[in-house]
Amino acid sequence: MDITSLDFTPFILSFKLAGITTLILFIIAIPLSWWLSRTRCKCKPFVEALVSLPIVLPPSVIGFYVLVALSQNSPLGTFFEETFGISLVFNFTGLVIASLFYSFPFMMQPLQGGFEALNKNMIDASFLAGKNSLQTVLFVGLPNIKPAVLTAIIVTFAHTVGEFGVVLMVGGSIPGETKVASVSIYEAVEMMDYSLAHVYSLIMLVMSFSVLFGVYLFNHHHAKRIGIR
Amino acid sequence: MLKINITKELQGSCGAMQLDVNLEVERGSFTAIAGPSGSGKTTLLRVLAGLEKAEGVMRLDTITFQDIKQTLAPQKRHIGFVFQDYALFMNMSVEQNLLYVAKESALVKELLELTKLTELRDRLPATLSGGQQQRVALCRAMMKRPKLLLMDEPLSALDPKMRTALQADILKLHKAFGTTTIMVSHDPSEIYRLADKVIVLEEGKVVQVGTPKEVLLKIQGSQKFSLRGEILEILKADVIYVAVIAIGQQIVEIVLDSKEAEIFKVGEQVQVSTKAFSPSIRHLD
Repeated sequence: MDITSLDFTPFILSFKLAGITTLILFIIAIPLSWWLSRTRCKCKPFVEALVSLPIVLPPSVIGFYVLVALSQNSPLGTFFEETFGISLVFNFTGLVIASLFYSFPFMMQPLQGGFEALNKNMIDASFLAGKNSLQTVLFVGLPNIKPAVLTAIIVTFAHTVGEFGVVLMVGGSIPGETKVASVSIYEAVEMMDYSLAHVYSLIMLVMSFSVLFGVYLFNHHHAKRIGIR
Repeated sequence: MLKINITKELQGSCGAMQLDVNLEVERGSFTAIAGPSGSGKTTLLRVLAGLEKAEGVMRLDTITFQDIKQTLAPQKRHIGFVFQDYALFMNMSVEQNLLYVAKESALVKELLELTKLTELRDRLPATLSGGQQQRVALCRAMMKRPKLLLMDEPLSALDPKMRTALQADILKLHKAFGTTTIMVSHDPSEIYRLADKVIVLEEGKVVQVGTPKEVLLKIQGSQKFSLRGEILEILKADVIYVAVIAIGQQIVEIVLDSKEAEIFKVGEQVQVSTKAFSPSIRHLD
């Protein structure tokens, strides 16, 4: 196989999807995980269970519900179709929406764990210094949980790159629009193009390993630097 | 004048109890809060700082921290607070820790000089010793030029020599800034050296208020001295008995007769005192 003739569009699409999903989830998850780490509300277990649901649900279930909720027959789908003239399924926007649900717990859990492990007195000291919650999160909270932040971002990104079932259900396999790397590998195998499947799979494997290796290396050095090890 | 009249339900080690404190603290005074652990000392400080909720009224001079209508947020109380575990911002250098509270470089310089930290200003907290971290925490608490300084057992994690040095720093800052200071402490010598008033809390209630001398000096009648201790062991030696008693960090032996040996039990808290002889002191070798 000639490497120059290889179609990299599925990878670009995968990374674009993962990048957008990660960015949006990061912004959503910071306030929610901060709140969960500090609240004494009785509703906390309920919210936590809801957030973690995508970990245990089969991707096809998430895909099915997203499809039902966003299709032209649903109120939400109709609203978007009539107001903005856009369809939310079988296109890239639909993929992003589905990915937001699918990858949410992977962003939430490391952040919440990080915030919960913070010294509560340090947070109180920031409040007593006259800072509000936003300033405290930005200048004291996040900088002190850098490894958790990095883990959350990388795992969310990697998990979104690796998603398959949800993508297939909500996006189908439209080249350049919804045909991401994982779907391309599946199709290559189906069409018995094993050499293409091999190349795509190997690229995924090497990249995934490098990213994870980088994260663990950073966390190891970070722990050393701030004196934990 | 700081006026406190608050109540709060607490979950203590032996079930629910009520924190019920009605106090007046004079402006510019140094008050120590003592009492057994779990008596509500830390909670009282946290309520004063606005970090925990309670029922009642709190006023500092003309500022109302809390009354029936409103509760002032901790951000707006302008209180200096020194935590037992220092609680420094681990991601910021010494200087940044202070500047985070208030962007006043001149004050930072003054405080760091007062506490001899100037050379360490660019270091991260994790690279400092316990005593150095505590001094940074103290400086940080002063950055708001607080009218009220609260300290929760600030020196409990330090060795005796470091404690003495830091007690001097605390007193220096207390006087330089004219703050009203309230400190939780277990250490009688620390209380005696720093405070002009002691409040003893037990199970959420104030059981004693007075000068350190009145509260800490436990002698009655013609006793020359009197010390509290715990009986560790009672040994029989020929016809007499010897009680081994721990007083503070020291162990002493007291001779008992057979009747006394029956009355006292191992583990009991007792008072050791003498009337007949004047105790003498001499330099340590």
